[in-house]
Amino acid sequence: MARQYETVIGLEVHVELATKTKIFCGCSTEFGGAPNTHTCPVCTGMPGALPVLNKQVVEYAMAVGLATNCEITRVCRFDRKNYFYPDNPQNYQISQLYLPIARNGYVEIEVGDTKKKIGIHEMHMEEDAGKLVHDEWEDYSLVDYNRSGVPLIEIVSEPDMRSAEEVIAYLEKLRLIIQYLGASDCRLQEGSMRADVNLSVREVGSSTFGTRTEMKNLNSFKAITRAIEGERQRQTELLEEGKQVIQETRRWDDNKEYSYAMRSKEDAQDYRYFPEPDLVPVLISEEWIEEVKARQPEFRTEKLERYKKEYDIPQYDAEILTESKKMADLFEAATAICHKPKKVSNWLMGETMRLMKEEGMEAENLAFSPENLAKLVDLADAGTVNSTVAKEVFEHVFRENTDPEVYVEEHGLKTMNDEGMLRELAEKVIAENPKSVADFKGGKEKALGALVGQMMKATKGKANPAMIQKLLREALK
Amino acid sequence: MDITAQTALELGRKIKAKELSAPEVMEAFLAKAESMEERVHSFVTLDREGAMERAKKAQKAIGAGTLQGPLAGVPVALKDNLCTEGMATTCSSRILDGFLPSYTAEAVKKLEAAGAVNMGKTNMDEFAMGSTTETSWYGVTRNPWNPDHVPGGSSGGSCAAVAAGEAPFALGSDTGGSIRQPSSFCGVTGIKPTYGTVSRYGLIAYGSSLDQIGPIAKDVADCVTALELISGHDEKDSTSIARTDTDFTGALQADVKGMRIGLPRDYFGEGLDGEVKEALMEAAAVLEKEGAVIEEFDLGLVKYAIPAYYVIASAEASSNLARFDGVKYGYRTETYEGLHNMYKKTRSEGFGEEVKRRIMLGSFVLSSGYYDAYYLKALRVKALIKQAFDRAFEKYDMILAPAAPTTAPKLGESLSDPLKMYLGDIYTISVNLAGLPGISVPAGRDGKGLPIGMQLIGDCFQEKKIIRGAYAFECATGKQWTADYQRKQTAGKEEA
Amino acid sequence: MANRISDETIEYVGILAKLELSGSEKEKAREDMEKMLDYIDTLNELDTEGVEPMAHVFPANNVFREDVVTNGDAHEAMLGNAPAKKEQSYKVPRTFEG
Repeated sequence: MARQYETVIGLEVHVELATKTKIFCGCSTEFGGAPNTHTCPVCTGMPGALPVLNKQVVEYAMAVGLATNCEITRVCRFDRKNYFYPDNPQNYQISQLYLPIARNGYVEIEVGDTKKKIGIHEMHMEEDAGKLVHDEWEDYSLVDYNRSGVPLIEIVSEPDMRSAEEVIAYLEKLRLIIQYLGASDCRLQEGSMRADVNLSVREVGSSTFGTRTEMKNLNSFKAITRAIEGERQRQTELLEEGKQVIQETRRWDDNKEYSYAMRSKEDAQDYRYFPEPDLVPVLISEEWIEEVKARQPEFRTEKLERYKKEYDIPQYDAEILTESKKMADLFEAATAICHKPKKVSNWLMGETMRLMKEEGMEAENLAFSPENLAKLVDLADAGTVNSTVAKEVFEHVFRENTDPEVYVEEHGLKTMNDEGMLRELAEKVIAENPKSVADFKGGKEKALGALVGQMMKATKGKANPAMIQKLLREALK
Repeated sequence: MDITAQTALELGRKIKAKELSAPEVMEAFLAKAESMEERVHSFVTLDREGAMERAKKAQKAIGAGTLQGPLAGVPVALKDNLCTEGMATTCSSRILDGFLPSYTAEAVKKLEAAGAVNMGKTNMDEFAMGSTTETSWYGVTRNPWNPDHVPGGSSGGSCAAVAAGEAPFALGSDTGGSIRQPSSFCGVTGIKPTYGTVSRYGLIAYGSSLDQIGPIAKDVADCVTALELISGHDEKDSTSIARTDTDFTGALQADVKGMRIGLPRDYFGEGLDGEVKEALMEAAAVLEKEGAVIEEFDLGLVKYAIPAYYVIASAEASSNLARFDGVKYGYRTETYEGLHNMYKKTRSEGFGEEVKRRIMLGSFVLSSGYYDAYYLKALRVKALIKQAFDRAFEKYDMILAPAAPTTAPKLGESLSDPLKMYLGDIYTISVNLAGLPGISVPAGRDGKGLPIGMQLIGDCFQEKKIIRGAYAFECATGKQWTADYQRKQTAGKEEA
Repeated sequence: MANRISDETIEYVGILAKLELSGSEKEKAREDMEKMLDYIDTLNELDTEGVEPMAHVFPANNVFREDVVTNGDAHEAMLGNAPAKKEQSYKVPRTFEG
């Protein structure tokens, strides 16, 4: 019988915090500036420049630590991690090794029907590196320090995950918590959330871990899933062939669906950590922790219960809506305007989700306003537009954040409720479709549908469908 | 009147009284420096044009009454590890060749705000690593008292400039004795304040947990006045301390009655030059006569300070100096193949031997497997050394000690044996480890005419006590530094 | 006990420190380091059991800045000293193979 293997996975998740300024200087963290326009002597490693810690970074890190059931370190400290690379202007990164801000936490995930706790080993604060731009045809790279010094927290999990599904569930859970806290927008594509995967395989039943590799450059859930599968296979094959897995860092190329070792003689991976002498320790008091706790927003489970009670929507709806902070915010804001929670929920869970799936986009990137959604709900609910038209209008709301009232007006999309005109049209359709009439009269209820279709066609879909049905039935009596 | 033979405070008073103008004073010091440089070589950058311009500007503000400080209009020389906006700042290293900072060190800003006028940048041991000012990429500085001897280091350029009358006062930095030891060798007064008293922002770091900026001057009053001007809390330096007691000039009282002064027996034993010892014993007797209570005691742990220091300082330096890589500023090697070769060639060509030695040692003691045995061990010893001082200061107001075991050695004598050179820092280094203030004042000369310095060490934040001690000593003995002597030096050069 | 530093160690520390030493420099570096380590080993005469390593001399803590943007666009000043640059970026030898 073939040997059975088990995959053991731990994650290092980097999250860029949503502060206005960098961790150690007053430069803006805003995205998209021209190269090096958000830099100063501190974040470009000029000699003589000194770091000063951004208090908001500590508070965000504490908030995430508390929300993930961690112990907050009462005396925490920064250390220098020494390595040479041009994206790292000082050639050391200010990070935390010996006394990180939070330790020993967990988050609970659900895969299928099984609940599981994923342990968090530690969480620390550090600074991000700059960006390197490579030109395929040139023998140089260009360095932009705009991201250098942007605050990060790194969340290091225990090796508690056993499958890609668990990894994704863990990441989604972390993302949700952090977004709810407002500590980061956690966008994978933009790199404000990044995950390195530590993976090893071992024979089922073994109590020791196999040799692990670390995989970098994973910037979507799909890439993570593929990389895990690829690495699992690679390691299993090595073991099957009686070879050794080498402990190393590998870079995932999602286009080639292949990872390769990032090995270099010049890359000793001996970081010579020591306490950062330019920064003083951070003392975290009980009072400070209580203050941060008191500011914690409502989390998903609380929100979910409240939605059911306050808005009287089903469990299923509440679950889906609270899965993303953005979705929940849209729901609450639109409901506050139109006071039709179930209807708002239906639009978000139905058409919104369908279009998101079609576009392959995430809730965080939804761009329409709750005002326009509320207006659309009102238009449809009042019968001002019929459901077909409402869906068409919603597509414009979804894509361009169009004002639905203006759109309906400009395009003459209001439902036709003119009974006299519709009755005339019904008689005309009956006269022109003797076969369908005969079928209906012969007991084929379905034939009425064909007649309704004809009337819709004639009114370009704007007729009130309930009224058409009623008028046709009356005329066919 | 020989302008360059005046103290900084005298010059400040005369400028205020309109007896002298700031440009006139600046011109005198520039001329003096130009005549002395061939012999002493204190400066890396002597900025004649800029200095005259700044002096004129200062004079205007003084005339308008907007600049009124005691040193308004007085020239100052700055050690070349203090960043000055738009003025080359090199740390006497090839690797910073051509570096023009876009910012000025906080301590310098404070001096300039008080009206002192920057005249240029002084030579130093490369990156402040050394005790002789011989490791500079820009050539050695010589001791103005005898050009065959070193001025000490690493602030050798600043101390030599003051001793030679090229500058009325200067700023230096002290990581293991780099202000006090060359002050002693050059017969000038230098203070290293309590760690955190002067902002390190803009000081190019050597050992961040040990570095402090301090003034060097012709006498105690000048030195203390400058210290008061550069002290103060700075939000840009997280290790800067908000003190409310930096009115140091208030302590310029020639009164040590009842003050208890400890003489560590372990500082006066083997290794201390006989003439130096004799001069310091005499100095102690002077203070005793002035009413101080002198007592010998055992400080302890003295021989462990140097090894602990070299572990800590080298480790921090290996990291602090990693940023010099040919990417953002300074020197980059001409030809290279790929990134790592560029790094290695740039750094190997850009740094001198002593700097490379310390970077190698620092990288090693932090490397995997050695951190606990070397680095943490050194930090534990540092804690013990601090405790030893704490115990001493329970009994004494200050400690009287040599600033160096000998007077200034001859050029070229020290570098051949690094370990022996390191041992020369034995009386100054533990003060940095414990973050304490220390002052070096002239206390005589040896048979060859070379100056001997007395060091007074205070408990942390107790600068005022050592200032009183130093000032009382100076007043009781007459100034060791004299304008006469400077004139002789100039004359000597003319003869030669 | 006398410390012995191998050629490999000197090579390795050179990689960490990004220093390339010539043959004679290496020999000198090795000798210097051995001597210094022997000297540093005198610290082992001291019993430091139970002594907290002292990173900062004074018990200062909690020094923060508020999260307020204070810096503007300073790219010209920052890039002004770059040994090699292109447009608004620092130029370095190619860092990424593949």
